[in-house]
Amino acid sequence: MSFDKKPYFGILVFPGTNCETDCFHVLKNILGARCKYVWHKESQVEDINAIVIPGGFSYGDYLRSGAVAKFSPIMSFVRKFASKGGLVIGICNGFQILLEESLLPGAMLRNNTLKFICRYSHLKVTDTDNPFTSGYKSGEIIRMPIRHNEGNYYIDDNGLLEIKENNQVILKYCDSSGKEDASSNPNGSIENIAGICNKKRNIFGLMPHPEACCEKILGSDDGKTIFESMVNNII
Amino acid sequence: MLDVEKEYIKLGLKENEFEKIKGFLKRNPNYLELSIYSVMWSEHCSYKSSRPLLKNFKTTGTYVLQGPGENAGILDIGDNQAIVFKMESHNHPSAVEPYQGAATGIGGIIRDIFAMGARPICSLNSLRFGKIESSQHQKYLFEMVVKGIGDYGNCMGIPTIGGEVYFDKTYEGNCLVNAMSVGIAQQDRLMKSKAFGTGNQLVLMGSSTGRDGIHGATFASDELNEKSEARRPSVQVGDPFMEKVLLEVCLELIEKKLILGLQDMGAAGITSSSVEMASKGNVGLDIDVAKVPLREPSMVPYEIMISESQERMLALIEPSKFAEIKNICNEWNINCEAIGTVTDNGLYRIFKGRELLGEIPVKTLTDEAPVYHHEYEKPKYLQNISDDILQEEDYKKIEKKYSHNEIFKRMIASPNICSKKWVWEQYDHMVQTNTAVLPGHDSSVIRIKNTKKAIAFSCDGNGRYCYLDPFRGALIAVAETSRNLACSGALPIGLTDCLNFGMPEKPGIFWQFKNAIDGIINACETLDIPVISGNVSFYNESFGKAIHPTPVIATAGLIKDVDKIIDSAFKDENDDIVLIGRKINNESVNDNMGGSEFLEVFFEKVSGKCPDIDIEYEKRLQRLCLDLIDGRFIKSAHDVSSGGLAVTIAESCIYGKMGAEINASLLGNNFLKTFYSEPQSQILISCQPENLEKIEKYCIEAKIPFEKIGKVKGTFISINSEIKIGISEITKIFDNNIEKIMTH
Repeated sequence: MSFDKKPYFGILVFPGTNCETDCFHVLKNILGARCKYVWHKESQVEDINAIVIPGGFSYGDYLRSGAVAKFSPIMSFVRKFASKGGLVIGICNGFQILLEESLLPGAMLRNNTLKFICRYSHLKVTDTDNPFTSGYKSGEIIRMPIRHNEGNYYIDDNGLLEIKENNQVILKYCDSSGKEDASSNPNGSIENIAGICNKKRNIFGLMPHPEACCEKILGSDDGKTIFESMVNNII
Repeated sequence: MLDVEKEYIKLGLKENEFEKIKGFLKRNPNYLELSIYSVMWSEHCSYKSSRPLLKNFKTTGTYVLQGPGENAGILDIGDNQAIVFKMESHNHPSAVEPYQGAATGIGGIIRDIFAMGARPICSLNSLRFGKIESSQHQKYLFEMVVKGIGDYGNCMGIPTIGGEVYFDKTYEGNCLVNAMSVGIAQQDRLMKSKAFGTGNQLVLMGSSTGRDGIHGATFASDELNEKSEARRPSVQVGDPFMEKVLLEVCLELIEKKLILGLQDMGAAGITSSSVEMASKGNVGLDIDVAKVPLREPSMVPYEIMISESQERMLALIEPSKFAEIKNICNEWNINCEAIGTVTDNGLYRIFKGRELLGEIPVKTLTDEAPVYHHEYEKPKYLQNISDDILQEEDYKKIEKKYSHNEIFKRMIASPNICSKKWVWEQYDHMVQTNTAVLPGHDSSVIRIKNTKKAIAFSCDGNGRYCYLDPFRGALIAVAETSRNLACSGALPIGLTDCLNFGMPEKPGIFWQFKNAIDGIINACETLDIPVISGNVSFYNESFGKAIHPTPVIATAGLIKDVDKIIDSAFKDENDDIVLIGRKINNESVNDNMGGSEFLEVFFEKVSGKCPDIDIEYEKRLQRLCLDLIDGRFIKSAHDVSSGGLAVTIAESCIYGKMGAEINASLLGNNFLKTFYSEPQSQILISCQPENLEKIEKYCIEAKIPFEKIGKVKGTFISINSEIKIGISEITKIFDNNIEKIMTH
């Protein structure tokens, strides 16, 4: 397989996905990367070197979030792509789909507020030794919007121990001074976890929306570094 | 067989209307035909009481591409781009089933937007409930309406970027849920809903048709009472996922030039949408109910014809395109059936297969529908409202009972004043990544990607003012939305309205309606803002008591350079704070507490004189504000409105997380009047001290008063040494009070 010089992103689209154009805009217009939409009924995608599973409400999320999307033909391709080391990022609903597909450990519960939450949240970058957050300083406090009904991450004790031992926890909710506690935890997520990766560190799921904060006019451009990190780690 | 002579009243038709139908048909209608007339002639669909007055709106202007009459109005924003918007009420459904009522209100208005060929880019809403502090039921309505709006819009991926929420006793039995949606389109891709071309087909896409929402339009055209609970089955059930899919399908069909016209299916279902298409095109139409995909196979023709099942659209197509359209619908897994054919006989005919079930001349359902010129008379309550509401002793009593800090905190804590964060944090207001000014400020701003442009929106209405003086109250609503836009640097270019009133048959109510319309007309002409779409909601009464007349106005503004947008937050320490527009020498204009939030919070009454407004003066003020922003002379601008100057100062401090030292000259030596009355045409700005002189010069030129009243400073709000309170303390009250009430 030969690639053009620029990295090429495939952005998955399920019925009900609604952040695909936001991701497209950032990758193409802000980062100058190449990207294309990939319809969920496709089972093979040529030439791409990263997959983005954007946010939204796939199939309306009337069952559990992401529970239906995992049966789409494209998901077996995602599995194959990831097993060969390809970069996969799942944002919000994308994260939920990756959990349902067991590409990442744990599960998502409803927010403990029992309400949809849309607001900026402070986050601590707890790991930078991965292709998604390598552009941040370790421990850096950043701001990104969260927008979800089900972002209350849960994993059992053994699982928690394991992801911590393997440094798979990448983002944690905190306040502006970096304090991680109940008051800076917007949804009840275990240990304030906002984003994790797999053991091989090529699959990343996060609840915050980095694509929504890549331009100053939107209030923050802290999210850009995630996509830049991906671009830098592809080349 | 039903006796139609007895049925027409149950369907909401009047005796003279039934006679008129017999005259048109030259026979008795059958039940199906009668049902069709009843929904088409309902106030909700026919505007039979309001049409004669709405004709007088200014509906044309520099930016107007489409005024009222289509699914939504359209404005030209340059570069071959257009914005499409409309606001609509869903009051009665929300009163009996708040979650679904509000959700389907959003769904309906969004379909109106993509029916025009536009992609929805944001929503706003205007909500009114009874007082939430004292009633669990009002809390329930508020909570479920907000959840309904959020769940629908969030799933659709359309940001809900702003609006307003008010609480007042008057809405206890009849809440108001007015929803607005905005779309953007390429001008050469715009759609219309006119049917034309004999032999062309009407294709029904989207959800299957069920028994939900039968006679919803008739329900909307009646008052609420103890029987309303039984109307819950009249409320439809929303499926935002289906609507999201339908949206993508429709936009794809337009993009591929496969359809000739598109119409949303809302109130009165297949009937209303197909009749409107036929009427606009002056054609006839044959509908085959056997072709309609059903949820319940036992549905009878009249149920199919007037069902208000949601998430359905009707497209006009050439028969040769059907196969390709069907393929696209299959790809997205939605229904697609050709249910109608355009004819040239001017008749609306309903078939089941080959069997003719009903036949009505199209125009008798629309243009020839009844029109009522209701009588009007100044309502009696207005004679009992005195102009002198508060005497010096009243102010002294309050000051004796509470310290100025306490008065201030009570005002900030009022649910009508404090932050509506609890509401908008349940709405995804950032998806589509265009929201340049987040909710909370004077206007919400959406940037247009790949251009320097942005569009701002502001939504406002004041039922109390309109109760005291519907003409001036409506005029103020238009002026305030326009002033809000000016405060972010946007030039107002068009508006939509939602006119919420009681029963038009009551002369006092119709007088309110007529005067409110005149107020809107007056403001629109002077401020040069055309009305491009809107909605009238009558019968907002419960147990015979009408709500305060509540015309809600939502205005759109154009910003040419996104880099010049400002908001209402104070920015930097030591900046000067300036009040422009306050006429210090004309006390009668300024010291009025009529209809104010202060009067409500401390005396629990709606009384006095509605604030005065000179609309020519207002226009100069707004022009001045736009010039100051364009010249980059000011860093923040905030309109003085509900709660008065003290509240305005507090908000700019809270949003900026900065304190202020204020020392303003007093009106009539009365602190409370000075800081809590609600005079119109005033804007609080902040600027770098170097720019102060320039700003003053601009003000003198515009003949607008100018007064430097303080400085941005420290972490306390201090007002004339009477109020002194820490920003963090006041922010806590402002940010959390609604949540506190809701969890109590």
